[in-house]
Amino acid sequence: MTWSAFSDVASAVCLLAGSFLALTAAIGLVRFPDLFTRMHAATKPQVLGLLLILGGVAFRVRDAGDLGMLAIVAIFQLLTAPVSAHMVGRAAYRTTTVRQDLLLTDELADPDTR
Amino acid sequence: MSPTRRQRARLGFQLPMALGLTVIWILLWGHFGLLEVVGGFLVATVVLRVFPLPPVQFDGTIRPLPFVKLVAQFVYDLVTASIQVVRIALTFGKQPMNAIIKVPLHARSDLYLTFTAELSSLVPGGLLLEVSREESTLYLHVIGVRSEADVDAARARVLRQERRLMEAIASKDELAAYRARAQGSLA
Repeated sequence: MTWSAFSDVASAVCLLAGSFLALTAAIGLVRFPDLFTRMHAATKPQVLGLLLILGGVAFRVRDAGDLGMLAIVAIFQLLTAPVSAHMVGRAAYRTTTVRQDLLLTDELADPDTR
Repeated sequence: MSPTRRQRARLGFQLPMALGLTVIWILLWGHFGLLEVVGGFLVATVVLRVFPLPPVQFDGTIRPLPFVKLVAQFVYDLVTASIQVVRIALTFGKQPMNAIIKVPLHARSDLYLTFTAELSSLVPGGLLLEVSREESTLYLHVIGVRSEADVDAARARVLRQERRLMEAIASKDELAAYRARAQGSLA
């Protein structure tokens, strides 16, 4: 198998897997019952899906400048996704939109453990 | 660290930060040339002057082997976390049970607290809700817990994350202090 054929296949696999993850992240956003579970969907499969898509693109472009741009997108996604998820989650908890019936324990609410 | 050194670090020119911003600038232009390097450095200098950040205390050293272990485990965790969320998203007719857990960390440093929080947000059982800086404590939302054992497992996972991070980048003194505190909390 030549290198270009290999990179085409690797690119296709990455793009498909990444798209699948992005799709399930979207399904999760619609289906999950409350904001916190939705944020889980918006952080984990979404981030990995984007990384896979970037990887798939990287197999196809060979220009070093473009690869640098892809690397920047990946790094900033990894840096900012947890921060934005934190800010949304924190605001949601404080405005008590949390569904207590879906929580096994809430150690943030318990004054003894606080 | 004495206050004078801290103040000097705040006012002084933060060269590593400026170089990092320059690299980002070059990558954004997608072309490496004299214009990009000089221009990027000028922009970085202006940005650091206009938006000065408090100096980040980092006296640690990167240990190659634990660092590779940290990154490899992180990638593995990210994949497992995604598969877990995908499975929950595609399981119809059942609502996931969740928990909000409190994880007291052992390291006493803003930098390591931030890193642990960032890493934990992307691995199974992690959505950061609240941080207590004084107590170095994280509050995380965990998806898909079924029992108290799952809650404890999630807590242990965050603490292992912290240990891997400390072993990978903390300085000798910080690592020793961290280990002493971790031992103390186990006893």
